[in-house]
Amino acid sequence: MNKPGGGKIVELNHVSKAFDGDMVLDDISLDIHDDEFITLLGPSGCGKTTTLRIIGGFETADSGDVLFDGKKINDVPPHKRHINTVFQKYALFPHLNVYENVAFGLRIAKRPEDEIRKTVRAMLRTVNLKSFERRHIDSLSGGQQQRVAIARALVNKPRVLLLDEPLGALDLKLRKDMQKELKNMQRETGITFIYVTHDQEEALSMSDTVVVMADGKIQQIGTPEHIYNEPVNAFVADFIGESNILDGVMVEDYTVTFAGQTFRCEDAGFGKNEPVDVVVRPEDIDIVPVEQSMLTGEVTSVTFKGDYYEIIVDIDHFKWLIETTDRQSVGETIGISIDPYEIQVMKKSVYSGKYGDYSSFSDEMDTISDANAEQGK
Amino acid sequence: MNRPVFRKFAAAPHIVWAALFIAAPLAFVVYYAFTDEAGAFTLSNMSALVTSPNYRAIFLRSISYALIATVICLVIAYPVAYIISRSRVRAQSTMILLIMLPMWMNLLIRTYSWMVIIQDTGFLNGILSAVGLPNLHIINTPGAVILGMVYNYLPYMILPIYSVMVKIDNRLIEAAHDLGAGGVQVLFRVIFPLSISGVISGITMVFVPSISTFYISQKMGGGSYDMIGDAIERQFMNNYNYNLGASMSLVLMILILVCMAVMNRFSDEDTGGVIV
Repeated sequence: MNKPGGGKIVELNHVSKAFDGDMVLDDISLDIHDDEFITLLGPSGCGKTTTLRIIGGFETADSGDVLFDGKKINDVPPHKRHINTVFQKYALFPHLNVYENVAFGLRIAKRPEDEIRKTVRAMLRTVNLKSFERRHIDSLSGGQQQRVAIARALVNKPRVLLLDEPLGALDLKLRKDMQKELKNMQRETGITFIYVTHDQEEALSMSDTVVVMADGKIQQIGTPEHIYNEPVNAFVADFIGESNILDGVMVEDYTVTFAGQTFRCEDAGFGKNEPVDVVVRPEDIDIVPVEQSMLTGEVTSVTFKGDYYEIIVDIDHFKWLIETTDRQSVGETIGISIDPYEIQVMKKSVYSGKYGDYSSFSDEMDTISDANAEQGK
Repeated sequence: MNRPVFRKFAAAPHIVWAALFIAAPLAFVVYYAFTDEAGAFTLSNMSALVTSPNYRAIFLRSISYALIATVICLVIAYPVAYIISRSRVRAQSTMILLIMLPMWMNLLIRTYSWMVIIQDTGFLNGILSAVGLPNLHIINTPGAVILGMVYNYLPYMILPIYSVMVKIDNRLIEAAHDLGAGGVQVLFRVIFPLSISGVISGITMVFVPSISTFYISQKMGGGSYDMIGDAIERQFMNNYNYNLGASMSLVLMILILVCMAVMNRFSDEDTGGVIV
C-alpha cells in the first residue's frame, strides 16, 4: 500500500456508535497514516460521516478508542484537537467577510496581527481568491465558497484535515478541477486528508487509500487499484464501478464454474467445490464469433455512450453488462469469451445475490419495478 | 373587468381605515397640543412641559425606568433564548408556550397578583418570616415599578432573540469549535453577532411599551412614581385638560420615534458593516 510518511497519526480501535438504538458504526478499526490521502467511501447511511465526526470530536463513540499520535483523544473536545474540517456545504460564517473567515482560527489562537495578515493573504493566494478579501460570503459562487472553506481550515496548519463531501454541491467540470487541486494541495502541504464521499470515481482518482464502508462496517481497505481489481465481496464489486456478479462454484484451485460453464481463473485457496461469487467487469469481456465463444446470448439492449457501446446480453436468463466498441444490434445472438485473469472470485458474503444482474442499474429501480408489479396484480 | 378602477377601489377600505383611525387621531393630537381651551393657537402646553420641574421629572423617570427595564430584560432574556434555541425541538415548544402563557392573562390580574406577592404583609414576606429572614419592603418603590415592567415585557425580548437564534445553523457553531474556539469564544464571535438583529428588535419591542407604561407604575409604585402614561391618563380622565394631555402624547411619540431611529441605525450598520 502507498503510505508516504509512514507513522500512524489517527487510529480507530473497535469504535461503535448507535443513534437511538440504530447501530451506525459497528466495530470499526482503522489506521490512518501521516501524509496519507484516505477516502471513506460508501452509500448514504453507511457510517462514513459519523466516522469523520468521531475523528473531529463532534460525536463520541459509544465504545472503542480514538487515538491521535498514539494518545487517546476520546474525550478531547473538537477545539483542542489538531484537526480541522471542511464541512459539507462549507458552514462559512455569514457575518464575516472572506478575509475574516479565513483569519478566524488564527484570531482564536491569538496570533499577532501582522502574522495573521501575512498568513491569510498567502492562503488566499494559494486558493486563487487574492482579490476577494473584502467580499461577503453571500456574494461568492459555490466554487469560491468551497475555496474559502478549504483556506479557512488549512490556514491553521492542522495535522489532519477532514473533508465531508466537499465537492458535492459543485457541477461536474468544476468538481474535476477541484479534485486535482485538492490532490495537489495535499501533496504540497503533506497534511493527512481524510475525505468522505459517496462518489466512487472521486475516491478512485484522488486517494492513496480507499476505505469502502457499508452498513456501519468497513468492507475493504486498499489502494484504488486493489479495491477495483480485487473486490472482496459483492457489495464492493458492485459499488466500485460496474460488475457482473454471478453465482459460481470453485471446483479446485484455478478452476471455477459459473453460467453453466467451466472457466480457468487465477484464484486459489478456496475449499473444494466451495460456492463463490464471481465478478467479471463489463470492459473485460471480449465479443467473439459464436463458434469460438465460451458463452452465447441474445442482445436485449444497446446504449451508445460516446466512446463505447453499453450492451445488455441475456445469457441463460442472467443479464450481462458488456462494454464494447463494436456496434451490436438488439435481437442478435453473440458469443463472448473471458480471459482467466479477468475473472475475480470472491467468498460468499451477506451481499451475495443482491447485486450484479443488469435487469436494472440501481436497487431503487428494482424496488420501483417490484412495486409496479405488485400493483399490477 | 376594468382593472385600474378595481385596483383603486380595492385599496379604499384600507385608506378609509387608515384615515379614520390613524391619520385623524394624530391630527387631533397635534391640534390639541398646539391650542388652548378656546381653540386658539398656543405654545403654552409645550412650554409648560419644559418649564415644570414636575413634568420634567416624570419624563426623565419614564426614560430611565424604561432603559433599566430594557437592560434587565436583555440580560435575562438572552441566556434564556439561547438555552431554548439549543434544546430539543419538543422542549423548545413547551418552553415557548410557558413564556407566552402569562401574556394570555389580563394585565390587571397579573399586576394585582404581583401586589399580593410583594406587599409588606404579602406572600413573599410571609415566606421570609417563616424561615426567619428579615422582611423586604418592595411595594411602592421604584424597584417594584421596574419589576412590574420587566415581568410584563420580558416575553417581547425573549421571543425575537429566540427566533433569530433558532435559525443559526448548528454547523456554524461546530465550525467555530473546529477552528479552536471554546464555548465563550463561540458565544462572542459567532452566536452574538448572528443574533444581533433579534437583540435589536427585542430592545425596540421592550423599550417602546416600557416608556409608555401606565397603570403598572400606579399600582406597583403606589402613585409616587408616575410615568408619562400615568400623567397623560390623569390629564384626560381627571383634569379634563385635553390640550396638555395631547402635548404630552406628542412629546412621547417623538421620543419613541427618535429611539427607534437610533436603533434602526444600529441594525443597519450591523448588516452592512464589516467587523475588523
